Amino acid sequence: MPMIMNRQASGWLRLRALIRKEAIQIISDPSSILIAFVLPVLLLFLYGYAVSLDSTKIKVGLALEDRSTDVESLIAAFRNSPYFILSVSFSRRELERDLVAGRIRGLVVVPADFSRQRNWQGGRPALQVIADGSEPTTANFVQNYVQGVAELWLQQRAMETGRPAPVPVTVEPQMWFNPSRESKNYIVPGSIAIIITMIGTLLTAMVVAREWERGTMEAMMATPVRIQEIILGKLLPYFGLGLGSMLFCTLAATFIFQAPFRGSFVSLFLFTSLFLFTCLGIGLLVSTLAKSQFVAGQFALVLGFLPAVQLSGFIFEISSMPPIIQGLTYLFPARYFVQGLQSIFLAGDVMSILTLNGAVLAGFSALFFLLNARVTRKRLE
Amino acid sequence: MSRQPCPNDVPPLVTVRGLAKRFPKTRRPALDGIDAEVRAGRITGLVGPDGAGKTTLIRVIAGLLTASQGEVEVLGFDPAVAAEKIHDRCGYMPQRFGLYEELSVIQNLSLYADLRGVPGEERAPTFERLLRFTDLQRFTDRKAGALSGGMKQKLGLACALLSRPALLLLDEPSVGVDPISRRELWAMVKELVGEGIGVLWSTAYLDEAELCDEVILLNEGRKLCSGPPEELTKTVESRTFTLAVHDGRRKILARALQQDAVIDGVIQGERIRLVLREGDRFEPASVGAGSGTELRPVNPRFEDAFIDALGGVPKGESAVTQAMQPVFLDEKPAIECEDLTKRFGDFVAADRVTFSVPKGEIFGLLGPNGAGKSTTFKMLCGLLRPSGGQARVAGYDLRRAASQARNRIGYMAQKFSLYGNLTVQQNLEFFAGIYGLAGKRRREAVSRMVEIFGFKDQVNLASGQLPLGFKQRLAMACSLMHEPDVLFLDEPTSGVDPIARREFWTHINALVEKGRTVMVTTHFMDEAEYCDRVALIYRGRVIALASPDELKRSVRSSACADPTMEDAFIALIRRSDQQPAGAAG
Repeated sequence: MPMIMNRQASGWLRLRALIRKEAIQIISDPSSILIAFVLPVLLLFLYGYAVSLDSTKIKVGLALEDRSTDVESLIAAFRNSPYFILSVSFSRRELERDLVAGRIRGLVVVPADFSRQRNWQGGRPALQVIADGSEPTTANFVQNYVQGVAELWLQQRAMETGRPAPVPVTVEPQMWFNPSRESKNYIVPGSIAIIITMIGTLLTAMVVAREWERGTMEAMMATPVRIQEIILGKLLPYFGLGLGSMLFCTLAATFIFQAPFRGSFVSLFLFTSLFLFTCLGIGLLVSTLAKSQFVAGQFALVLGFLPAVQLSGFIFEISSMPPIIQGLTYLFPARYFVQGLQSIFLAGDVMSILTLNGAVLAGFSALFFLLNARVTRKRLE
Repeated sequence: MSRQPCPNDVPPLVTVRGLAKRFPKTRRPALDGIDAEVRAGRITGLVGPDGAGKTTLIRVIAGLLTASQGEVEVLGFDPAVAAEKIHDRCGYMPQRFGLYEELSVIQNLSLYADLRGVPGEERAPTFERLLRFTDLQRFTDRKAGALSGGMKQKLGLACALLSRPALLLLDEPSVGVDPISRRELWAMVKELVGEGIGVLWSTAYLDEAELCDEVILLNEGRKLCSGPPEELTKTVESRTFTLAVHDGRRKILARALQQDAVIDGVIQGERIRLVLREGDRFEPASVGAGSGTELRPVNPRFEDAFIDALGGVPKGESAVTQAMQPVFLDEKPAIECEDLTKRFGDFVAADRVTFSVPKGEIFGLLGPNGAGKSTTFKMLCGLLRPSGGQARVAGYDLRRAASQARNRIGYMAQKFSLYGNLTVQQNLEFFAGIYGLAGKRRREAVSRMVEIFGFKDQVNLASGQLPLGFKQRLAMACSLMHEPDVLFLDEPTSGVDPIARREFWTHINALVEKGRTVMVTTHFMDEAEYCDRVALIYRGRVIALASPDELKRSVRSSACADPTMEDAFIALIRRSDQQPAGAAG
């Protein structure tokens, strides 16, 4: 009994069924949830927070070049801070030796004219912070907390004396050993790139390969379902999962880890979507060619995950790579995504950066979808 | 659709002419010169050993593979260009049923209903009909992954039937499924055929093939013959006999198989079943069967004709006879277990299993899927730690001296568990090393195995590329390397063609003649008849333990005067179901 049905309508029905099936599988499979929602927190925590946690008590030197009595209370403010173990000295050289030897992690210099600048109307009181840049997170930590302590001290002084607080103390940081320092602010865009790669490429490649391995793909191909529906039925759920995870990652980064977010959500979504399309394209291609979870996983790691970690500029500064490796980074989409994301998070929607990188990503995704359309057939060969 | 009164008058649902299918990087075409037809209202059996090309042919018909050559027409369409038209009206159940394990029974049904475009108003009655048909109503919310093999198979069938197909393609639906589930599936498909559906059913079970309306016999990608199975069976008419033997039937069988007149011979309980060559005579006395024993004519089976069509079983006796040292048979049993119990949480997989196997016996463990036979088997060969009870194998207590016991046992796993990228020689040497053989003893052991199993020409081939029959022979060689006293075989012949199975059992029989003890699990009921005694395990307990003939006799009734082993299996399980819990034993 042939069924007369609107082909278009039954197509939608089939697609909806495939998406619903995929959703049930995602929900009942702890590994997808793990990758989409636990891994981001883990990454942020590992790269951005764990190091800071280790340094709640940092050994810091305070070099007093200004010997006025005014400074006494500043020393007290530093001593009372829960974050520092303070060694005070009048000899800057001695403390510098300690810093080089690793006995202290940071050095705060109170310049000779500090009190004078502070008391002089229109003066610019400044503290110099020298930090051990080989541990960038600790260095940032020193810088931020010195700033905090100093500002608090200034306000207290202003209240005591009844005079309005002058311009805040400027802390002039100076990084030794590692001028291109990194911080958790850089970690957030990188983490999102890794998560999106994991979901788009690794997870998608594995779940498609799983269908081949278990023989469900074969059963599906023998139903009236179209190949486009099978592909869309895989892409859309993981596209949704990727965007959901990105949103989660962003919220966690900005609210829990206090990372800045200076761009707009619209550009974040559009830009992430472009990268997600590319990743899904790679994932599909890999699984169509490999058809076994083991091989698909290997390929996805090498083509997706490793470049996202190593060649995106997330952990290793691209500008400090050897020229050949720098050239290599242009071949992997992760680089463009991280650049754009860094702009969205740290600088705001810088249109020139976003359009350029976005155009490259759009090119990549178009390329991979064309390749997919060529190799995917509703057949087992 | 009404039943076709004379199916030959209507055009067939599937017509295949001169089909060839070649895969890249393989020498032999997977299919070559195949002609076949599938008609409405009939079950067409696609029969042949592993690697014969059954799955490839079904996939070509389903439009999942394209033919390299030849014509294929399915439901009036060419699957190479109009696969979608075929998919609308054709149900297909692939080998692993194509179910989503994370989805429940009803979710799987809904998914396939959506994919097959079953409209909303038809859905509820369709689901109800199929769930009733497959007896799955009670399990609608259970995840497919948690179903037993037989239930998965039924759910797979239900999914394939959702849109009332005109043609149903079933790819080895009964592999690894116990006789009860097989029989239920068969009854269901029979009912569908009564409604006018055409079914193509591929199988390696020849007793199943015998029940089909028509069969297509494939071997190594070529068609041997096709037609109603009775026609093929008729070719061995009046050439099949049984011979009652009281003692030494394995020895007598081995002698009989050396005679030119004997095309095939197997042990069947207390008798030997023989197929003779056309026009040849056979004297029971010539094999020492004793005076007074006579050949009794029996009805031919499809399998007899199949072996005949393939040219009979190879001659010669197993080289095991010369190469292996006999084991002295004493009073002590080879395998002994008492109240052997295994619990997984609340679930009792094996419940106070008790039996004893004397030396030089073939002991079979039978039972439906999930009944506890594998659990018992694994405890006895030291792979699983019992929760309670005693077990002694080759004189060693498994709880205290499992490793000593393991040195005296050989184990052949169900799946091919050798290293596929090592050569035959390397695999043999590796296993010899594992069993602690070194230097001269290792070389001797390896060359003995090469000689016994005839690996001379294959020693340098990667074992993963050997045909299945060879792989299984190699697996056996590896398990015999250290001349174990007790051999454990876990479904050793599943998927192996009948000729290779005969050869395999020739070796087993020779081993037992040398005083070795063999414990075997199988889903082939005819293989159960090769055993001296059989334990039937159901719901974790031994519900029957006797010789095959005794088991068959115990279920004899007016309705079934001459029960087969399969009849006995099913009857004993039903009987156990009717008894109150704990009363059986």
